[in-house]
Amino acid sequence: MSTSSLSRRGFLKRTAAVAGAAAAPTIGFAGSHSPLTVGFIYVGPKDDFGYNQAHAEGAAAVKAMEGVVVVEEENVAETIDVQKSMESMINFDEAKLLFPTSFGYFNPHVLEVAPKHPDVRFQHAAGLWTEGMPTNVGSYFGYIGMGQYLNGITAGHATKTKKIGFVAAKPIPQVLLNINSFLLGARQVDPEITCQVIFTGEWSLAVKEAEATNALADAGCDVITCHVDGPKVVMETAAGRDCFVCGYHANQSPLAPEKYLTGAEWNWAGVYTGMVQTVLDGGTIDNFVRGGLADGFIKMSPLGPAVSDASRAQFEAVKAEIMAGGFTAIKGPLKDNTGKVIAAEGEGFAEDDIALESMDYLVEGVIGSTS
Amino acid sequence: MDTELGYSIIPLAILGGAIRVSTPFLFVSLGEALTERSGRINLGLEGTLVFGAMSGYAVAYLTNSPWLGVGAAMICGALFGLIHGVICSLPRVNDIAVGIAMMILGMGLAFYFGKPYVQPVAPDLPAIGFGWWSDIPQVRAALEVNVLFLIGAVLAVVLWWMLRSTRIGLILRVVGDSTDAARAMGLRPAVVRTCATAVGGAFAGVGGAYLSLYYPGSWNEGISSGQGLMAVALVIFARWNPLACFGAALLFGGAGALGPVLQSVGISEGYYLFFAAPYVLTLGVLIATSSPTRAMTGAPGELSITK
Repeated sequence: MSTSSLSRRGFLKRTAAVAGAAAAPTIGFAGSHSPLTVGFIYVGPKDDFGYNQAHAEGAAAVKAMEGVVVVEEENVAETIDVQKSMESMINFDEAKLLFPTSFGYFNPHVLEVAPKHPDVRFQHAAGLWTEGMPTNVGSYFGYIGMGQYLNGITAGHATKTKKIGFVAAKPIPQVLLNINSFLLGARQVDPEITCQVIFTGEWSLAVKEAEATNALADAGCDVITCHVDGPKVVMETAAGRDCFVCGYHANQSPLAPEKYLTGAEWNWAGVYTGMVQTVLDGGTIDNFVRGGLADGFIKMSPLGPAVSDASRAQFEAVKAEIMAGGFTAIKGPLKDNTGKVIAAEGEGFAEDDIALESMDYLVEGVIGSTS
Repeated sequence: MDTELGYSIIPLAILGGAIRVSTPFLFVSLGEALTERSGRINLGLEGTLVFGAMSGYAVAYLTNSPWLGVGAAMICGALFGLIHGVICSLPRVNDIAVGIAMMILGMGLAFYFGKPYVQPVAPDLPAIGFGWWSDIPQVRAALEVNVLFLIGAVLAVVLWWMLRSTRIGLILRVVGDSTDAARAMGLRPAVVRTCATAVGGAFAGVGGAYLSLYYPGSWNEGISSGQGLMAVALVIFARWNPLACFGAALLFGGAGALGPVLQSVGISEGYYLFFAAPYVLTLGVLIATSSPTRAMTGAPGELSITK
């Protein structure tokens, strides 16, 4: 695509600038130092009680920094649209640092646009940067699977039917790791527990998410969590069916205060301000950044009133282990739910093991399939 | 209590899904059937549905009364219909083009005004539990029937009767079948069509309020995911008959529940295929019921797509 492609937002901004200049010709641009423009692109609305809100809270922290201008665009599809948005932020807003925050933006969109703009830094959430990819691209993510593992521990204590449920969007590695971690956490409490998963096929599909939650409740699941962009519908529907819920992405306890056990939340504010500060200081961000609970990339919601003392004690103990670093949730002896051996006795994948990022299986005890 | 129902959960879930999911389809398709019977197509109902969902949620949250929300959604829907109707009454205006414009306008306005209402929690519409006779929680849950669904069912019968046996129905049908005949009878087609479009819009607004105030029961920008457009297609599928609209809406709702429930009983291979069930079903029924001689039976003569 050419660099002259016009976006609606860019056009509006320009016309507004022209109009402003005409109205107030005496006001010039103050300051000799031009501020750093940082662009954030979201796949959904930035107040969705979920994935996009977590990133937008990080962007809000960046906005409060000195010498930084933030531009944002919501509801950008994982298609050629995101390339247009990035080009527009670069060409019209003169952004030098971009955060395209959705998984599907990475390949091919970020990888296609980045080589054309070597002076712009692209920081992509959840992607997997490897040697040979453009060096002005970086990928970062957090080990939120460990948060789902902790969710699973509270779920294991809360379930009476020994069946817990997971509403999932798409069978990509991050989602599969969350499902597997949720079950393995619960199995720390009782190895008989199974986890039913239902895939909706899309990141945000309110009616299907509600149907999936009802189907889980019908199947006898009494603790439900999810990995969709906006967990609000799942939380409200599950609580309405008298199920306990574990949150994801952000703190959803206000939606179901009595039923909310805990939740795995992103904590992007610290991560983003750190990255922006690096650029302001003239440094370079690493191409591959990962972090977990100990690094402040993720955090847990405060435990809800339904969490028992035994549950709380185990939760805190495991959390302390994770805080120490290198925690291994996916460890042998472990099979997937088709009977294939994942890890033999003594083997395991620590939270920072890169092999986890190409996960393509559901572990034994998860009822569901990846395709 | 035994919660393991095995495969018997499938028909139960389809029934439950049909009751839960069908209401927006029902209201939008009833409204569109009315509009199309008068000889116009309003493709903007997707936008009306989304705006209805937003305005209903906002008003219910602000007044703490879900019924005021439904009322607001109805008024907003009627206004959208009125705008469409009035614009289309101007000479040489294409109703399909205006409909697409109204759809985009409705969604844009809803997203714009709806921003502050994504986070708050509004009160839900009440439901009536018809499952009191059963001890099984799944049956009770499936038979939670929302009042709007019941109203919609009654409305389908009333509209069917109205189109068939009343003076208003006759006027609508004449205007829809032949503008010239209507003029000769001293009717004013543009006024009748505008009114029919406004009423159709009001129905779609109520359908939107159901989405945000009952199921799934919250306002966000992806709430409709094209249900308004599908409902417009349902009208053709239902051959412009309100009773058939009711059946088609139930069918669509039930088929939509198939994907999740099959996964929940462990039939999880190929779920993308099951999610396509409503559309495959539509294609199948359309093919099965089509015929070179009576394919468009029931289609109003003045409808721009059949002319």
